[in-house]
Amino acid sequence: MRFSKEEIQEALCLRHTHEIQERLDRGRVAVAGLGGLGSFVAVALARIGVGHLHLIDHDQVDLTNLNRQQYCMGHVGMYKTDALREQLLEINPYLDIRTDCVRVCEENIRELFAEDDIICEAFDVPESKAMLVNGVLGQFEEKKIVSASGMAGYGNSNEIRTRKITDRFYLCGDEVSDSRNGLGLMAPRVGICAGHEANLIVQLLIDDGAER
Amino acid sequence: MIRVNGEDRQLEKEIILQDFLEREGYQTGRIAVEKNGGIVPKSRYAETLLHSGDVLEIVSFVGGG
Repeated sequence: MRFSKEEIQEALCLRHTHEIQERLDRGRVAVAGLGGLGSFVAVALARIGVGHLHLIDHDQVDLTNLNRQQYCMGHVGMYKTDALREQLLEINPYLDIRTDCVRVCEENIRELFAEDDIICEAFDVPESKAMLVNGVLGQFEEKKIVSASGMAGYGNSNEIRTRKITDRFYLCGDEVSDSRNGLGLMAPRVGICAGHEANLIVQLLIDDGAER
Repeated sequence: MIRVNGEDRQLEKEIILQDFLEREGYQTGRIAVEKNGGIVPKSRYAETLLHSGDVLEIVSFVGGG
């Protein structure tokens, strides 16, 4: 079954109201890293109709990803950018989705994120997280970054929180549960942290959208 | 006196941020440093002098995503 753009828009407005949906439609969000955090954030934002999504990852789907990432057996071996775009378009075929199958580094940040307003840091390696946060805050004046640190293991749901570090830098997670300390990454707790990231992004889109 | 991650810290004398971070055991490849509301670029760690009254927030990233 296929629905028209108008039908989908009407359904979204019924849930969110016209006023809110307009702000979500205008949203330009990049998701850097499409693992447990990024794939969850992208699906959540696609469901509520955030208009412009920019998906960035250099890697392919591996069988060990399926314990927490939004992919299925049939996606194993595909580039995550392609596998995720395919799923988001199943949810809403009228979203503007840009993909870049590249490795993010200090040198390509300026060009890669030029058109995005909010950047979701969803990498796995701490050095990559620090590189992106420092790069975005150092190379741009206006863009906001929502980052995550500390979501390994299970239990202690309420220790995962969202903290405002500066006007442009927010941090989600418990800030201590390191995946390298023998704690595995599991769908429920990574999902809680990803939910924090996605929910904050929505808040920024709606509240900042009201100022325009 | 400076404030680091919400705690007051006594400094015997002024200190360069880079030296402070090393002394405190931070891995500089895994952190972001905010000073008085703005981010300090990594390239300036070695030339940023900490003064009494400075408020620092040092975010240390851990693995997982």
